[in-house]
Parts: sequence; C-alpha cells; structure tokens
Amino acid sequence: MFKQANWNEPIIFNLGRSGRKGHLLPKAEEEIRRAVGELDALIPKHMRREHKPNLPELSEVEVYRHFLRLSEMNYGVDSGFYPLGSCTMKYNPKINEQLANLPTINMVHPYQDASTVQGILEILYRLERMLAEITGTHEVCLQPSAGAHGEFLGTLLMRAYHKKNGEIQQRREIIVPDSAHGTNPASAAMAGFNVVVVPSDSEGCVDLEALKTVVSERTAGLMLTNPNTLGIFEKNIEEIAKIIHEAGGLLYYDGANLNPLLGKVRPGDMGFDIVHMNIHKTFSTPHGGGGPGAGPVGVSKDLARFLPVPRIVFDGNSYRLDYDRPESIGKIRCFYGNVAVLLKAYAYILSLGFEGLKEVAEVSVLNANYLMKKLMEIKGLTLPFNSGKPRKHECVFSAKPLKNETGVSALNIAKRLLDYGLHAPTIYFPLIVEEALMIEPTETFEKEEIDRFVEAMRKICEEAYANPEKTLKAPHNTAILKLDEVKASHPRTMSLSWRMYLKKKV
Amino acid sequence: MVKTLGERSHPYIPNSQPEIKQEMMREIGIKTINELYADIPEKYLLNKPLNLPKALSEFEIKRHIETLLSKNETCSHMPIFLGAGCWPHYVPAVVKEIMQRSELLTSYTPYQPEISQGMLQALFEYQSMICELTAMDVANCSMYDWASALGEAARMAARVTRKNEVLVPQIIHPERTKTLQVYAEPAGIKVVHVAYQKETGLINIEDLKKKISQKTAAVYIENPSYLGFVETQVEEIGEIAHDNKALFIVGVDPTSLGVLKPPGDYGADIVVGEAQPLGNAMNFGGPLLGIFACRDEIGLIRQMPGRIIGLTTTVEGNRHGFCMVLQTREQHIRREKATSNICSNEALCAVASAVYMALLGPEGFRELGETIMLKANYAMKLLSKIEGVKTPVFNSPHFKEFTVNFDGTGLSVKEVHKRLLQRHIHGGKEVSKDFPELGETALYCVTEIHSKEEIERLASALKEVLAKR
Repeated sequence: MFKQANWNEPIIFNLGRSGRKGHLLPKAEEEIRRAVGELDALIPKHMRREHKPNLPELSEVEVYRHFLRLSEMNYGVDSGFYPLGSCTMKYNPKINEQLANLPTINMVHPYQDASTVQGILEILYRLERMLAEITGTHEVCLQPSAGAHGEFLGTLLMRAYHKKNGEIQQRREIIVPDSAHGTNPASAAMAGFNVVVVPSDSEGCVDLEALKTVVSERTAGLMLTNPNTLGIFEKNIEEIAKIIHEAGGLLYYDGANLNPLLGKVRPGDMGFDIVHMNIHKTFSTPHGGGGPGAGPVGVSKDLARFLPVPRIVFDGNSYRLDYDRPESIGKIRCFYGNVAVLLKAYAYILSLGFEGLKEVAEVSVLNANYLMKKLMEIKGLTLPFNSGKPRKHECVFSAKPLKNETGVSALNIAKRLLDYGLHAPTIYFPLIVEEALMIEPTETFEKEEIDRFVEAMRKICEEAYANPEKTLKAPHNTAILKLDEVKASHPRTMSLSWRMYLKKKV
Repeated sequence: MVKTLGERSHPYIPNSQPEIKQEMMREIGIKTINELYADIPEKYLLNKPLNLPKALSEFEIKRHIETLLSKNETCSHMPIFLGAGCWPHYVPAVVKEIMQRSELLTSYTPYQPEISQGMLQALFEYQSMICELTAMDVANCSMYDWASALGEAARMAARVTRKNEVLVPQIIHPERTKTLQVYAEPAGIKVVHVAYQKETGLINIEDLKKKISQKTAAVYIENPSYLGFVETQVEEIGEIAHDNKALFIVGVDPTSLGVLKPPGDYGADIVVGEAQPLGNAMNFGGPLLGIFACRDEIGLIRQMPGRIIGLTTTVEGNRHGFCMVLQTREQHIRREKATSNICSNEALCAVASAVYMALLGPEGFRELGETIMLKANYAMKLLSKIEGVKTPVFNSPHFKEFTVNFDGTGLSVKEVHKRLLQRHIHGGKEVSKDFPELGETALYCVTEIHSKEEIERLASALKEVLAKR
C-alpha cells in the first residue's frame, strides 16, 4: 500500500540556530573597501535598514535537508498517474532539463548584443516557425508566461483589431461556452470586454441556435476550446466559425486541449484567428507545482502586426530583435518570454517530429477512450452527454448516482484515490456536470498504470456501497490528513505568512 | 496516406507499442485509431505531413542544441555589465539541486493539499520570507514578473480606491511602463508620469503635488530606481499619496533589502518587484519572478491577484498544514469577476527563491547588499576618473546600477559599446533613446559576481577605447 513520507517538518523559521550560515558570498576586496569607504557613508541614515530581516539562520546542510523532506511530501508526474483533466500532465523528458540547465542559456543576459546571442535567437525563431506550422497560424509570439497570459494577449489583440477598425466602442462582448475554462471569461474581462455565455446542447457541444441568438454587431469574438472540456470535438466548428466571422467577430482557440489534435487537425485550418498553446501541457515542459510555463500565441496574417515587441527576425545571415512595429500593442511582460521553458519545448518537438507528434495525439485519445470504456462498467458513475461518440484526450464522469446512493462525493473519491498513490482527476469541472470527475490520462502512461487507476476506482466505488466511512474520511496515507480549508480562508484565522501567523496563532 | 511511427515505439509513449495498441483498440471495439477521429469533419483532417524536422535521437538532440547554444556568449566568457530588470547573480548549487527534485518539478498546482504539502509549505515559506524582506504582511506565491505585477497592482489599486489614475515616475523601465499601459488601459486607468529632479533623479515633489488629485488611485515609486539611484524622499511621497486617499505602491529589487530600508517601514500599501536575482538564473530574460505583497488589511487582501498559500490545521485540529486560500478571488470560481485571470505562475522559481533566502539568512542579505553596493560604487569611482566620462549622471546614492554618460568623449554609446565588445567586454544598456534628455548614456550594473579585476579591466578598456577617438 502507498504511504507518503510524513516528516512533520517544522516551518523553516523554527529550524536552525542564531549565527549559522547557509552560504558564503564573495566579499568586496580590501582595496575596494579602502577606496569606497564604509557602507553607511553611502546610504543616508533614514534610508538604512534598521532591523535585520527576520529570516531563519541555517547551515547549508539543514537547508538542503529541509527542502528535500518537503519534496518527499509532494507528488509529481514522475511519482505516478496524474489524470488532471485539461492539465495534460505528461512525462517531462529528462534530457530537456539537462539542456535547459546549460550555462550557455542560464548565464545569458536578455540585453546582450545580438551578435553574442545568435544561438538562442535561432532556437526561438525556429520554435516560432514550428509552432506556427503545428497550429496552422501565420506568426507566433512566444512571450506570454502562461496559458492565461496568452489568453490575455489574445483578448488584447481582439481589442487592437476592433480598435483599428473603429469598432471597439461597439464590440463590447466576448462569447464563451458554459463549459469554458474559468480563464476565458476572466481574460475577456481583463481586456475590458463583457462576457456572454452560450449554453451547450444535449451532446455537450455549443448550442448553434443559442449561439445565433447571442451573436450580434456587439460581438468582439468567441473563445472556444476544441475538443471542449468534456473531451468532445465541436463538430459544428465550420458553422461556428462562419457565424462569428460573418458577424465581424474573431475566433479564439483555447489551446489547453490541443494535445489530441497534434499532427491531425490544425486550429488555423478550422478558422481560428488567435490560438494559444500551453507549452507546459502539450509540449511536455514540467509544471513546477504551478509554473513556470509558457503560453505562446499564434495569429492569422491580419493580426500579426499587433503582436508585442520585439519580434525575432532573420535576414538570411543572422537573427535580431525588431522593435520597429508601430501597430504593436506594446508589452505584456519584460523581455521575450520564459526562454528556459521554451527551449525544452523545442527539444521535445525535435524528439518526435511530425509522426511522433501524431502518435502523441492518437495514443492520448486511445488512452482516454480505453479508460472511459473501463470506467463505464463501474456502478455509481455515469458518463453525461453520452451520445456514443468517442472522446478525445479526456472524459468527464459524474459521481452523482454514487453520491445519492452512498453519500460519497466526487471530492471523497478524489481524496481516496490519493490513498492508492494516484493523483486525483480534476473535480467539479466543467460546471455543467454535477459531481464531475474530469479525467485525462495523456499518452505517457502505460496501460498497466491506467489499469491500476481503473482498479482503484472500482474498489473505491465498491467500498462506498459496502462501507462508506473509510472513503468519507479519506485520505489516510498522505503526508497529512484532511485539512480545514474553511479555517484557512476565514478572516479571523487566516494566516498568509509566518509573521501573520505569529500575530494570530491559529 | 500519412505514415505512422510504424513498428518503432517511442520512449515517451509506452502504449505506442503496436501490440498494446491492438489490445486496447480491441477493448474499445475499434479497428483503427482513426475511428476515434471519425466525428471530425473530413476536410479538417490533415492529409499531408507537417513541415517539421524529422525526429532525432536523444544524442542527436543534445548535440544539436549544445552546438546552437555554444554560439551564445555568457558572463563566464566575458564580463557583462548589464542589469536593467534581469541581473547576473550567483545561483548556489543547493538551489539548483532542489529545483530538480522531481516531486516538486513535475507536480501540478497543489489542488489536492494532502498529497502536495511539500510544495505548499515551500511556497508558504517563500511568501513568509518575502514578507520579512519587504516588511509587509502578506505576499502571494508569485506573479510572472515585476512588470506584470505592476500592471496588476495598478488594477488592484483602482478596484480598492474606485479611482482611475496612477502616478508613476518618469524614470522607470520602459518595458515596465509599456506593460503597465497595456494592463491599465482596458480597465480605464490612466497612467500619469511625474517629473524628476534634474540634479538627483529623485521624484519632483512639486510636480507630484500638482498631479495628484481626487482621481489618483495610487502613487508608484521604485527603489532602487530603474537608473540605479536610491529614492530617498520615500516617507514624504507616501504621505502625499495617503493624504489624497491613494495607495502607495513600491517596486523593489530584493537584493537591496539587506541594506536599504524596506518599503513596509515607510508606509507602502503594495510592494511589487523582481525576485529573479534570488536564486534564479538569467536565462535570456525568462522565467522571471514577480513579487506581490501587501499590508494585512482585508480590503486589500480580498483584491489581491494570484494564488496565496495559507497556514491552517487538519480538520481534527491536531496538526498544522498548508493549502491554497481565498480561491473565491480566482478565475476558476469567480470567472469574469475574478481579481485576475492568472493561474499558472512562477511557482518553482518561488521555491528557488525560498531556498536562496533561507541560505542567505539575515546576515547574508546584509553582506550581499554591502558587497554589491561597494563594488558598484568602486566601479563608479574608477570610471568617473576617465576623461569625458560622467558617472553617475545623478547626484544620489546608487545601489548596483548607475548611469554612465559619454557626452564629453565625443563618442556615442553605440560606438563605445562596439569597441568594448571587440575587447571582449560587454558594456551597459544604452538608455539614450528612452531618456534623450540624458544624452549619450548607458546603464551599467555591477553585482557580487563582478571581481575587482573585471571592474578594473572595464575601466582600463574604456580608457583605451576613448583615447582612440
């Protein structure tokens, strides 16, 4: 049975002893001290730090051990099955980590003379071309730091486009399906748009009739995930694109679910004008417990002029950064993007080529449908929006029958899965499925691991009918038992830093 | 017909082995994988291969990328005196080792706290140590970078105060201003620049008083400023902001906080900044690590963007643990009413910074700040002795960056840069274009990694190239 490490590791502020040192820094040489004088003479008195920061004092040994123990109380995709729906938790190739840790990338400054950074510029330029080819877009901007950052750029591009056409005052609305990721409406709102929600039909796809009624001269665009968050391909995409484009709107592709389409279908060919990609999902870079990722955006020819500066250009001999783009929206962050992450994606694409990418897509779909078939046999779970169509990369089950019959909810199932040394799926999303379990196996888990997950699900559901107590109290085998998340967010007890905790002592 | 991988299974795709595929297809009841794509309109299915390089073996990839990257020159090949928002600092070995711990590196956002205590505790410790450095109460677990953190801070100030103007110094990183504009404009926020004092670079208080009004949501300053000097009128600026019911936002380079007064001690309501120097390599400018902190005031905390980790107990109450808090601010729950759309951030970089801060401790930060400031001031001293060179341009204390003006040499910054590069030294960043009133000026940066010899080499090389005009 799985049992996670449980170190009961103290907070770092309670470790170490006064006077211990964790790292020796280079010091200013004696001659420098003599020439410059005392530090205090350089800083006016009222600008000096009076009290040293209250940081812990640990030796290097203790620091390393502390964080090593913390890592042992964590679970990554290298630990085992990680079927978080819409998150595409696939294996992160080790060679890519090694390459991204070379000094020839780590120790390069973004403002270096172009003649001294030709290697990295070439890699980024080639990556842009590859991603444009994969998504069927005209130009790609690598700058967004994450998927949501890409979405923000995408909605800003919509804004720039309609402004250019003199229609921004009128085109105030961005349409999103009710199955959309939360980032879609949030990104639309950040760029100053109002959000209009379009419902799904009985098959789980955008309701075309409903779409026609909400589209108008106020429409700035539609943000669509395809395959959608139910794992279903929006088969009416041609009609949807036509409706939006005829109304003068732009079509935005949320790339969270691009994985099953690699080398099979290109968003650009389906009529999407703006496409974001999640490098940390589809292109295998590690998610790092919440980042850094990267969220490049591909656009059609008409929109390329609005992309952030600089653009990487190649004159046949050398690469350089071009800031001379008068219609650019400006900047969404400093410099050129999460370069160390992008380098890994470049290596990933090279490791697969076209045929390999297609294989990624096909096996991710095969795995999802295999998993779905197996789970459909389990009592207590249902597959909503089941019209007999295959899913793509993920499938969404409902634990509603189980909840009604035993009291065991999707949340309880998720917690109990942890006891088996498996990560839980995404739960309670999409919002249109009650007691949702959104499961994405990706292409990088072997059949045996998928079978182990199915077996665990079967046992958990059986246990729910026989003796729900154990499942209701799960997890049991993790580093810590169920946490009081209400207390964590309550204004009276909320402790968001160590100093805040010391004030409140929850 | 497009070819498939054929008989060869791929190392990253265990089920690409043909027999396993067959077995799984049998279970599903299909004969070909294409049946799983049957619902996609035929016209969208690719009928020719994509134009991509052919697949390489691991060894070939390594050779290819190493060869390309070897065209880059690094700060170990030649001294590089660049800063301006991304700084060369040493990353201790322990930091790199922890960053590669697979359980942290390959985990997702800690949505299941019971199995993710390691990441959660590390992030809570990052937040807590950032609070200690900045003397603030609350920090989130990261933003993309300083620039986007500033954009979010302006939006937050507008929500909190229900006003729509932010005042920012004229001397600010141009890319940061551009980012701020892009974040502010859709929210109806106007960005107004406050003039500086010609002699010192400091905020022109009269101009600030003139521009601040009932519409001002926030006053923003940076310390040290983009051009390296320390803004010393901090208390006064904070008071002016607060007298006008505006928030006081301060941007920081955290390597200065062992020696400079932290913004929490001079009335900052929100602190933003760049924590890349704390344990994260430059990587050609990304990933970076945006700091975002505020005071313990519920009206501020509720409007904060980004993920926050909190300390709590188990349901049984017998043990402490950590989880994400205040998620009702966030996009997956609040959707279009969320405080921001940010979800994935720079978590692992924040862990790196936590390790770095723990390694340095209170003494280490003092030493770091002292070493940097002494070395930078030594460089200014040497360079200012060169005929025609004026450094720093502003008569103010400088921390690790400083302006060098070449007007008196008859050479442009570009020409000086070119000549230095021929001598295998990378000079500072040209700022003449962004601040034309400063003439031929570059921004130089010196940190703890620059040795006395390198600084002296820069001085003698400059002397040499300027003599040859």
